[in-house]
Amino acid sequence: MSVSETYLRWRYRLVPDHVVGEILAKRWIDNAVPLLILFAVIAAFGSAIPDFFSAASVGDLARQWGEFSLLVLALMVVMVAGGIDLSVGSTFALGNIVALALITVAGWPMWAVAVATVAAGAAVGLVNGLLVGYLRLRAFLTTLVTLIIVRAVVDMLLLAYSVSIAGTFIESDPWYFLGEGYVLGVPFSVVVSVVLALLIHLVFSRSRAGWHVLAVGGSRRSAYNVGIPVRRVICATYVVSGAMAALSGLLFASRLGGAGADTGVGMEIAALTAAVLGGNSLGGGRGSAAKAVIGSITVLIMVNSLVRLGVSSGANSLLLGLVLLGAVAIDVRWLKNRHKLLSKVYVSPTYARLPPAPPTEGASPYAVNDRLRDVELIGLGEIDGPEDVILDADDNIYAGNRTGDIVRFLAPDYRRHEVFAHVGGRPLGMAFAKDGSLLVCIGGMGLYRVTKQREVERLTDETNRSWLSVIDDSRLRLADDLDIAPDGRVFFSEATVRYEMHEWPVDCLESRGNGRIICYDPNAGTTRTVLGDLVFPNGICMAGDGQSFFFAETWACRISRYFFDGPKKGRVEVVIPDLPGYPDNINRASDGTYWLALVGLRTPSLDLALRMPGFRKRMARRIAPDEWLFANINTGCIVRFDETGRIIETLWDRGGENHPMITSMREHKGYLYIGGISNNRIGRLKLEGFDASWTGPASYWGRP
Amino acid sequence: MRVFGRLSQEQIVFGLAVLLTIGFALTLPGFLTANNLLNLVRSVSILGILGVAMGLVVIGRGIDLSLVALMAISVAWALQLAAGGYPLWLALALGLGFSLAVGMINGWLIAYVEIPAIFATLAMGAAIYGFGRYFMFSLDVLYMSDNARPLEALGQGSLFGVPAPIYLFAAVCLVTYLFLRYTAQGRYLRAVGDNLQTARITGAPVRPIIVLQYMISSLIGFVAGLVTAASVASMNTRVANSTMVYDVILVVVLGGIGLSGGRGGVRNVVVGTLLIGVLLNGMTIMDIQYTVQNVIKGVILLAAIVIDTLLNPRDEQTAQQGDI
Repeated sequence: MSVSETYLRWRYRLVPDHVVGEILAKRWIDNAVPLLILFAVIAAFGSAIPDFFSAASVGDLARQWGEFSLLVLALMVVMVAGGIDLSVGSTFALGNIVALALITVAGWPMWAVAVATVAAGAAVGLVNGLLVGYLRLRAFLTTLVTLIIVRAVVDMLLLAYSVSIAGTFIESDPWYFLGEGYVLGVPFSVVVSVVLALLIHLVFSRSRAGWHVLAVGGSRRSAYNVGIPVRRVICATYVVSGAMAALSGLLFASRLGGAGADTGVGMEIAALTAAVLGGNSLGGGRGSAAKAVIGSITVLIMVNSLVRLGVSSGANSLLLGLVLLGAVAIDVRWLKNRHKLLSKVYVSPTYARLPPAPPTEGASPYAVNDRLRDVELIGLGEIDGPEDVILDADDNIYAGNRTGDIVRFLAPDYRRHEVFAHVGGRPLGMAFAKDGSLLVCIGGMGLYRVTKQREVERLTDETNRSWLSVIDDSRLRLADDLDIAPDGRVFFSEATVRYEMHEWPVDCLESRGNGRIICYDPNAGTTRTVLGDLVFPNGICMAGDGQSFFFAETWACRISRYFFDGPKKGRVEVVIPDLPGYPDNINRASDGTYWLALVGLRTPSLDLALRMPGFRKRMARRIAPDEWLFANINTGCIVRFDETGRIIETLWDRGGENHPMITSMREHKGYLYIGGISNNRIGRLKLEGFDASWTGPASYWGRP
Repeated sequence: MRVFGRLSQEQIVFGLAVLLTIGFALTLPGFLTANNLLNLVRSVSILGILGVAMGLVVIGRGIDLSLVALMAISVAWALQLAAGGYPLWLALALGLGFSLAVGMINGWLIAYVEIPAIFATLAMGAAIYGFGRYFMFSLDVLYMSDNARPLEALGQGSLFGVPAPIYLFAAVCLVTYLFLRYTAQGRYLRAVGDNLQTARITGAPVRPIIVLQYMISSLIGFVAGLVTAASVASMNTRVANSTMVYDVILVVVLGGIGLSGGRGGVRNVVVGTLLIGVLLNGMTIMDIQYTVQNVIKGVILLAAIVIDTLLNPRDEQTAQQGDI
């Protein structure tokens, strides 16, 4: 191996390129930029203002933040549903004057004042909600107009009551507690706002109502089509928004105890800036309480610090405007380009060197022949993509179908077929358990069981989360093949954690150890990953000793054996290191050897490309996916090997007419049944010199 | 709705304006005098000029919330320069250049950066006001200096007994009408507003047209600013923070220019302006309190938007996500 190739190998082993794409695919990445801006703002003003971090300064700022963040949260709730509420500033002023008027002029008790104030805000929200939600007016203009109207109403109330408000002394302890009290050393308004932020977070992430709001914002039309009451949901968001804005006004009133003509003026722009700066999307569907909190802290610190630095109101306005412009620009460009960036960097090839491929001609055990020419076809054109086929004790054939069904072809002539069970996902590997139920790996769903009574049950769809993985690998993305140990433990392979069912060939471009083998223990009900970092682990087959199984790694072109019990427990031994093609399922043969399907054959060009990760990376970035160099998965063969890894025989279809692509084969009573993931048929080949009474279930679980 | 369906909003509003005029004429003494009527039109002519600018942008499916702020700041700057010794023509040229530059930035942000027009211009309005207050002048109100006196003719002069602002309003209307009706750019603008994707596929230079529409709007805004300054011999920059821009939108929407773009013309603006003029004039004569006037105006604007939505319902199937 040349020096440069050694360097390449270590470079790709040590630098985890794939992490970039995985981080970009995370949902929390949206919060990264706003958080960085927040830290920058704190650093900048913290160093510019001498006593920025003093207790008095922080406490004062925190109390204001409690009021301001309520407004931002209110706006966020509306924005997430795809609307906007510019009237929050006026509603805030309304809450302020109503609370003051009720406590001083009307002399109501505190609890009644609080309820009435929030109700007044909710009423404004209801007007907005009825207009925008039910009458489907444009949110921006409608709330702009309610802003004007509510502001005018506030002005009228001011004219009528400001003198008597200023002249009355409020004698109510709870009133002052709102504005000046502490709970465990934290200002009361902060407590209110944190509690509400947590509540909103829980509602949006954990409750049906919150999901409805997110769905409406994400795609109003789709939300309507799935039966979500879109109009009611939108209306409700405005009511919540109005109520929270008025609550904020109540806190403000009790803190300052005065009403002026400029209360809440321009507040909507500050709140809007904060919401957008935090990363809440203008079109809706993307937003969270965390984003609102981040944005509100940033804007409050900016505005407050500028005032403390003695900058004129003009500079303040200029800065807010520019920040809003910048934030919206970043938001728009980010939304538009994130998936482009992701699609460019997600595929991250690594260095992979395969051993030289053995020849497929001459005296080689892999020499091409034409033994599959006489395959009979079952269900031609009636089945779509039987990845695996399996036969029960009564000779019926079970095969997966692309439509999400397990199809049963009935013995003896297999002319009739029926849907055995609808599982809803793509059925891949299958195995019969001791009790006769059918265990099946379903791509994208996990490990399932279909009982003899045709009931579909989930066995497991998650495993332990590995600590250093950026991708959430606890969820099963692509459970591929399984086999069952004598004690009932199920070992199954997950081909890759980085790709979904429909794009599994892309994993070949990476040829990294993205897959793993997982053990499901039905006795303990646990699921644990037993082997990680496997290169597309695929077929699994129990060895005859009951202590180990063989497994195939497709893109590594090798077969290994894992000992899960016995003296060699925990060890992995390579059985066949250099296959000429990509191995798929492995199954038992009647004479104690094993059948292996090769889904496709290696090509020198791809073998070379696997040693050139930079080349594959450029390819993935620069050209369209349908022009990428992929592994050949069109022509394969069937290989039989024994426990030592010796190749006994190979079955080919030279013309590629009957069975061009093979992913699975099962021996049953002297016949070999063949499946292929992109075939529209099941093949059946008469075997000469094999035990005509041998069946798979009997081999595993003894004679019934 | 059947009745409304046959009448366009423009006709309804016009009818309403006529009814109000008749009502006021019968009930309010001094309403139906030539002097008061001229006063009425004159008082709303600035609103009307701004309405034409806004209407043009709205027809192109945009909105320009920075219109009033830009008008105030650019004209105030021109007055400041003139007071500082610049020749009047140079001061005006610089003010106009500033106005056009900001309009171009607006258009660039909207057409190329693809920021929604509402936010781009909202933020731009705040930024311009701050920029002016921080870098250009420190006073709220800038008075006309002596070498700028010739401008006063624009606001206070009159010809054949008709005040100059009315002539200017008419001129702006006429030029805009001709632009929309007879130039390729005007027709493209309408096409862009009607359906941006189709216009782009057809080969219209969509992005330059959007930039152009904001530049025209800032140009007309500058004219309106000159008239404002000339009428009272000063420019109050605080108008940038007032609700005046909403009054302008009121005029446009009231006149029947749909906010979804592509519909309407200059005539709608004139009709909307007339109704507002009659209303304001009547309320002033009746001596209704200012805040109550605001409420009445707001409710009428709300009603106009509701009727607009009922007459030109948003198409849920083609409405863009995030079009708020």
